[in-house]
Parts: sequence; structure tokens; C-alpha cells
Amino acid sequence: MKTLLVSVLMMAALLVSPVFAEGLLPNIPAALGEPHPEGNEFWRINHPSILSHDRDLTVQNGIREIDGSLKTCVACHAVDGPDAAPLTAASPEHACVACHEYVAVKIDCFQCHNSRPEEGDWAAVLPSLGGTPESLRAYLERISQ
Amino acid sequence: MIIPTKEKGADISRRDLLKKGGAMATVTLASGVTLMSFGGKARADGLKPGARWGLLIDAGKCPEDCSACVSACSKEHGWENNGLNTDPQWIRKVTLREKSSGRENSLPVMCQHCDEPPCVDVCPTGASFKREDGIVLVNKHTCIGCRYCMMACPFKARSFVHEPVTDQRTHSPRGNGTVEGCNMCVHKIDRGDGTTACVEACQATGNNAMMFGDLNDPESDIAIAVSTYASVELRADLGLGLGVRYQNI
Repeated sequence: MKTLLVSVLMMAALLVSPVFAEGLLPNIPAALGEPHPEGNEFWRINHPSILSHDRDLTVQNGIREIDGSLKTCVACHAVDGPDAAPLTAASPEHACVACHEYVAVKIDCFQCHNSRPEEGDWAAVLPSLGGTPESLRAYLERISQ
Repeated sequence: MIIPTKEKGADISRRDLLKKGGAMATVTLASGVTLMSFGGKARADGLKPGARWGLLIDAGKCPEDCSACVSACSKEHGWENNGLNTDPQWIRKVTLREKSSGRENSLPVMCQHCDEPPCVDVCPTGASFKREDGIVLVNKHTCIGCRYCMMACPFKARSFVHEPVTDQRTHSPRGNGTVEGCNMCVHKIDRGDGTTACVEACQATGNNAMMFGDLNDPESDIAIAVSTYASVELRADLGLGLGVRYQNI
């Protein structure tokens, strides 16, 4: 009983310690656009099925305005490297890789898709920011925090 | 096509019953699908209804030393030629020579976007498919890289990606182990550009040898040109109904 109590206490100490908070959980970088209205939890669970459902809409029916567009994911969640260029999926700090390495799930997407955005891809992210000077100012303030 | 049946004399043949049963199931299934998946909301389809996208290429205006269309395609879709047998075959310049007269013609050849594509017939996974607007594509999500379509294509318009690819164009994904070919710049068509990279480049050179448009729209430039001037399909003997037509070859 005493051993159990000690181990529970040790676990609790570990959980509240900064080592667990920063070292063991994946460090998911903040995205550039507005947060998903459905919430992060929803997208963490459902992104594989939304992506694979919507890709068929694009490939077969030519529908480009979809919820799960990998191009938009990559543009919005891009992480800049030391040279200020977006990181590729070869880097463990890439937004997709950071989490996928933690949960040990292989990403096949980037065998064909580019893991970095192209110059013009940012345009797809901008409408989510509103477009008025006030909304852009609010966005910049939020990002700088 | 009439399929001769052995049960011709019978009132209701097994074949008829199966055919009718099949038709009923399809109707039920179709209405169910419409109700369930769209729920009265209009489908924001990227396809232009009833369109048949095509190209008209005037070989008489295509100089032998010009390959602007090939370079434009390479830039647009992020592939490059290395002078190897395994090079991508999205588009290439071909010289035709008539044996008796020796007259030579230079022309670009790419996927001809058949009405009845042999590549679709042979594909074991359904990855090679024809869109409703006549564009023949490879769905690389389902392509297993068996290369049957490459063997079936009479125009050698498909190629296999042999090496891992990085830094693809974001609108044109391509990767190791899948087959690829001309997609008639489907991303530009869906965007409503109304042209392709090769046609744009050809017009920029001033040769104006290539024209893009909707063959089914009687008012489009391409449909008017096809109905006014003589143009042919490559290997018309195969009866594949090509979306790419040539003049002066």
C-alpha cells in the first residue's frame, strides 16, 4: 500500500513538472491563420477522414473549395526554419511531423504532395483573416503574443 | 450492342430478370444517395456541365526548333527531362516523316484524352479514369504503379516515376511509384483560367499553333475551327474519339 502511494505521488509530481509538459508531449507550432471554428480536438481526431473524403471530391469532381485541402493545411501550418524558409517533412519540427512522430503514424501524403507551401498558397489562408485593416491588426497582435 | 441470348424463346429469361432487378436497385440507390449526401444543398461541382475539353494543334504552324510548350509544361508541373528512357512523357515534340514524299512535320504529342481510353480499360484499381468533362487522369491515391496503362496507351503518353520526388508544385502532386501523364492542366481548368500552360506558351511565342477549348460548346473558338477546317485524330483507325486534334499533318 505504501509503495502504491509513493508511486502515485511520483506520477502526480511527474505530471505537473515542466519536464512532462514540455519534453514528452509533442510541440505543435501555432498556425498562421484563424483557429478552426470546430476546435483543435475535432481536427486532431477527424483530419484523416476529412482529407481522404475531400481528396476524392477534388480529383474526381474538380471541386477545389473543400474543407480538407492538404495544400491549405500545409500553407497555414507552415513552420519556418532557421533560414526563414518553410521546413519540409524531413524536419521533425514540421507541423505534421511533430505530432505524427509522437503518435508513431507514418505520413504517406508527402510522397507525392509538397510538404512546403508555394509562394501563392498563402492567398488561401488570407480570407480566413477577414481582410479589413482592423481584422488584420487584431490578427497581427494575436500572432505576436 | 445486341447480345444474343440462348433464352430467346422464354417469357422472362434469367438475363432479363437480372437486368431489370439491377436497374431497380440502381434507381433506389441513386435517389438514396442524392437524399443522403446532398440534402437539398446544391453541389458546388468544379466541372463545367456537358463540357468536353480539347486541344487543336496546327502542325503547319509548329516550328521544329520550338519547344516552348514542353518547357511550359515542365515548369507548370515540376518535372524535368534527363535524356533517359525513364523520362516523364507529359508532352514531347515528335517529328513525323512521310515515307513517299519525305515531308516532315513537327508536333507536340501528349495524352490525347480519349473518349474511350484504353488506359482506363486496363487499370486494375480504377486509378486511371476519365472525368465527366473528358479529361483522362491518374488518381495517384489508388495507383499501384503496375504500368498496364503505359502499355495500353497507343501514344506513349504515360510514364512512371522511378525516383522519389521532392518540392513538387503544390497544384500538381507527383510521386515515386505512380504513373503520370498530361492532365490538361486540370487545376487551371477548375480555376476557370480557360487555357493550359502549353497553349499559353505557344501563344506567347506568336506561333499560335495550339488552341484550347470546349469541343461541345458550338460557340467556342475550338469548336468553330474544328467544324470549319480539316483536322484529324492521331491513329483515327483505333476509333478512340480523341480530345486532341491535329491540322496539317
